[in-house]
Amino acid sequence: MTTTKMKHVDAVVVGSGVVGSIMCMELANAGLSVVCLERGRMSDPQKDFTMPYVHDELKYDRHSDIFQNLSRETITVRNNMGEMALPMRELGSFKPGELVGGTAVHWGTNARRFLPHDFELRSQSEARYGKDYFPQDCTSQDWGVTYDDVEPYYDMFEHIYGVGGKAGNLDGQIQPGGNPHEGPRSREYPNPPTRRTPQGEIFAKAVSELGYTPFQGPAAAMTQEYTNLYKVHLGECQRGGFCSSHACSQGAKANPLTTVMPALYKQPTFEMRPLCNVIKVNTDSTGKKATGVTYIDARGNTVEQTADIVILATYCFNNTRLLLLSDIGTPYDPTTGKGVVGRNYSYQTGGRIHVFFDDKEFNPFIGGGMVNTSIDDLNGDVIDRSGLGFVGGAYIGCAQPGATPIKSKPVPHGTPRWGAAWKKAVAENYHHCLTVSIHGSCQSYRGHYLDLDPTYKDANGLPLLRMTYDWHQNEQKMLKWMYEKITQIVKVMNPSKYHAHPIASKYSIVPYQSTHNMGGVAMGADPATSAVNKHLQSWDIPNLFVVGGSAFPQNPAQGPTETIGMLACWAADGIKDIYLKRPGQSMV
Amino acid sequence: MAESQVPYAYNYLTGAEARFLDAAVERLIPTDELGPGAKDAGVTYYIDQQLRGMWGTHGRQYRSGPWHEGTPQQGFQSRLTPQEIYRVGIHEINEYCNQKHGKNFEFLAADLQDQVLHALEEGGVSLPSLSSKLFFDILWRNTEEGFFADPIYGGNRDKIGWKLLGFPGVGGSEYNARLDNPEPYRVKEPVSIVDIEQLRAKLDAQGFPKHEKLDQQGGRK
Ligand SMILES: Cc1cc2nc3c(=O)[nH]c(=O)nc-3n(C[C@H](O)[C@H](O)[C@H](O)COP(=O)(O)OP(=O)(O)OC[C@H]3O[C@@H](n4cnc5c(N)ncnc54)[C@H](O)[C@@H]3O)c2cc1C
Ligand code: SF4
Repeated sequence: MTTTKMKHVDAVVVGSGVVGSIMCMELANAGLSVVCLERGRMSDPQKDFTMPYVHDELKYDRHSDIFQNLSRETITVRNNMGEMALPMRELGSFKPGELVGGTAVHWGTNARRFLPHDFELRSQSEARYGKDYFPQDCTSQDWGVTYDDVEPYYDMFEHIYGVGGKAGNLDGQIQPGGNPHEGPRSREYPNPPTRRTPQGEIFAKAVSELGYTPFQGPAAAMTQEYTNLYKVHLGECQRGGFCSSHACSQGAKANPLTTVMPALYKQPTFEMRPLCNVIKVNTDSTGKKATGVTYIDARGNTVEQTADIVILATYCFNNTRLLLLSDIGTPYDPTTGKGVVGRNYSYQTGGRIHVFFDDKEFNPFIGGGMVNTSIDDLNGDVIDRSGLGFVGGAYIGCAQPGATPIKSKPVPHGTPRWGAAWKKAVAENYHHCLTVSIHGSCQSYRGHYLDLDPTYKDANGLPLLRMTYDWHQNEQKMLKWMYEKITQIVKVMNPSKYHAHPIASKYSIVPYQSTHNMGGVAMGADPATSAVNKHLQSWDIPNLFVVGGSAFPQNPAQGPTETIGMLACWAADGIKDIYLKRPGQSMV
Repeated sequence: MAESQVPYAYNYLTGAEARFLDAAVERLIPTDELGPGAKDAGVTYYIDQQLRGMWGTHGRQYRSGPWHEGTPQQGFQSRLTPQEIYRVGIHEINEYCNQKHGKNFEFLAADLQDQVLHALEEGGVSLPSLSSKLFFDILWRNTEEGFFADPIYGGNRDKIGWKLLGFPGVGGSEYNARLDNPEPYRVKEPVSIVDIEQLRAKLDAQGFPKHEKLDQQGGRK
């Protein structure tokens, strides 16, 4: 097979999602020639995502062509090393995207910073509670950066994504109305918080009675028209429901297409190349320098793109897989605990209680844009954790995502799954239910990891990524404790009935949980336990950067994307400020 | 049991399969005092349309072997496509019904039909080619979809599913203004994508329907 060679560029960015788009923009802004290679098709939100067609639950919840096409590539899954991993044959637990713009074209817009504590979890917790605090097999570790290092980049990302919220801590001064437990911020959010829904009011009243501090959770769906850092204009969110999992017709959901692309496409040194599936990062004979990448284009040609800088921004899974396929870095071996690529895979824990009120009628279909009322009092190091018997925390929230009729019709416990009694319960409860949910952290463990599958291949004949993952006792203990706490909240609401979702005994690929897959290419201060340094630069190959949730050494409670976007801003600045002055050198 | 008054032609299902599905979905979501059930909502036709489309052949699913049953946590692992699951499943369930009760499924009494459906759901019927639970889970999932998805897919006829819930359909023009307003929002007629395509709904400048609302009459919705 012949390989076509493309004109050399300063930087090649693989993936056009939250990370890829910002990396491209920042590097093109600095005058570099940049090519973005994206496996998915081109997209134009003004033509592709219009009313009323985006309000189609069947399409966007189940069958949309903006989700990853598993017929070409999937992952394999097993709960533990003793099992044979089998392919994820249909989308379930998570829903990665495959088009220009990536997964965030259909994300939910919950946009929270991590707590300062989260970045130094291991060292701070051991200092406070002793060395035995972490389970023996827990590999959670510090990030190699502190909150203070990255605060300006959180601020930058919030001004790209137009996040709406109320500051709870401005330069150390606690502010009424915000989250008092957040890290100090250098200025207010760019947009005001969401208005509080009637359901949010009930939640706020209950948690206040218990001594917690409610606030409107920050979200990246515009609470007013907004012009962002890149001078791109976004519209106001209409709260029409059909939001998370759906594309947005209003230009109100912040994502690469609405915040970055319009400005990026104007950059003369930038080129977007869709339908290009990257299969390898190429290195020179020393193995210490990346020369570019190889991809398969739309016509099936094998193409080589050379570049001085290679940036992988292909989401947790392919960031890990491309390193493994390219023989870069030492693959993680769970039996010895040695190696780094594929290490520290983690996910997100969740739970919820459906709360029914016979005497209250809600409008559950009004919502979306992640309107929610939350508390952060059970998260991070806010509470004294000695004696709790678990590591981690959660935020508790009451959100109105817009209850669509196929998937959002909670019924009281004991209702049959189908038949007349089910039909009656569905009709009686749809307008009378609110949900209190747990959004919890997830630690990393020695036995949870990513590697190449020995059996199953993608459409190009290359091994699929294999996930070995299960819920750990630590997370189950945490959930149990959280359920006790939120049951107290629910009881204060004085509902007619309520019921909690059971805590899963095993991790299953079947029900949708969250597209918050983390780790595999962890960042850190020590090359023995991390694959990239604190600038997201490969320890092995200084002109290779691997950016995204893949860098999370474990997953804090808040939802990843605010931090993923922040890391893109931080990594881009590192390249511009440090790397370009000493190209080819390690930055630490 | 009579065939449903379907003004549409089936693309994939045979007449016998349509009769089986009409009977089965009518037990899953029956017609009762709350209104019409899944049969009248056109769920059989919805399933037919899904089967002839991309999903019916698992066009976007990973379809390479080797094939192993796996654990429940590993999800769908059948070698069969949804088209095959319905064709083979209906045939084999009818064989089972004939052996056990001397009749095809659609001719059984309602309580016997329920019994068979429960047995399928629990994996209690051993079919030669596939797990009865797999068949039931797909049937129930499609029934729920066909009852509540936008009528553009051929089910939820006359917006029967949405009327049952009091769901207004495509998001309304006033929702943002109403976000923090506790007043119940009830519509005379939900608006679907089909309604908008066929110019039956008033829209605002952004394309959101201006729902006609019911007066507040108290009582439970
Ligand atoms: C329904 C849903 C709701 C969500 N809600 C929230 C939320 O409320 N809050 C939150 O914090 N997060 C949320 N998320 C998660 C959020 O969408 C992701 O964290 C975010 O999009 C990750 O950005 P990324 O740039 O790292 O990856 P992506 O956006 O996935 O971008 C990666 C891109 O790389 C491309 N790619 C992959 N492999 C290759 C290859 N080999 N060659 C070329 N291109 C390739 C992909 O096609 C994709 O476009 C949600 C996700 C989903 C699906
Ligand atoms: S609810 Fe808001 S952000 Fe979500 S799709 Fe609608 S307009 Fe867009």
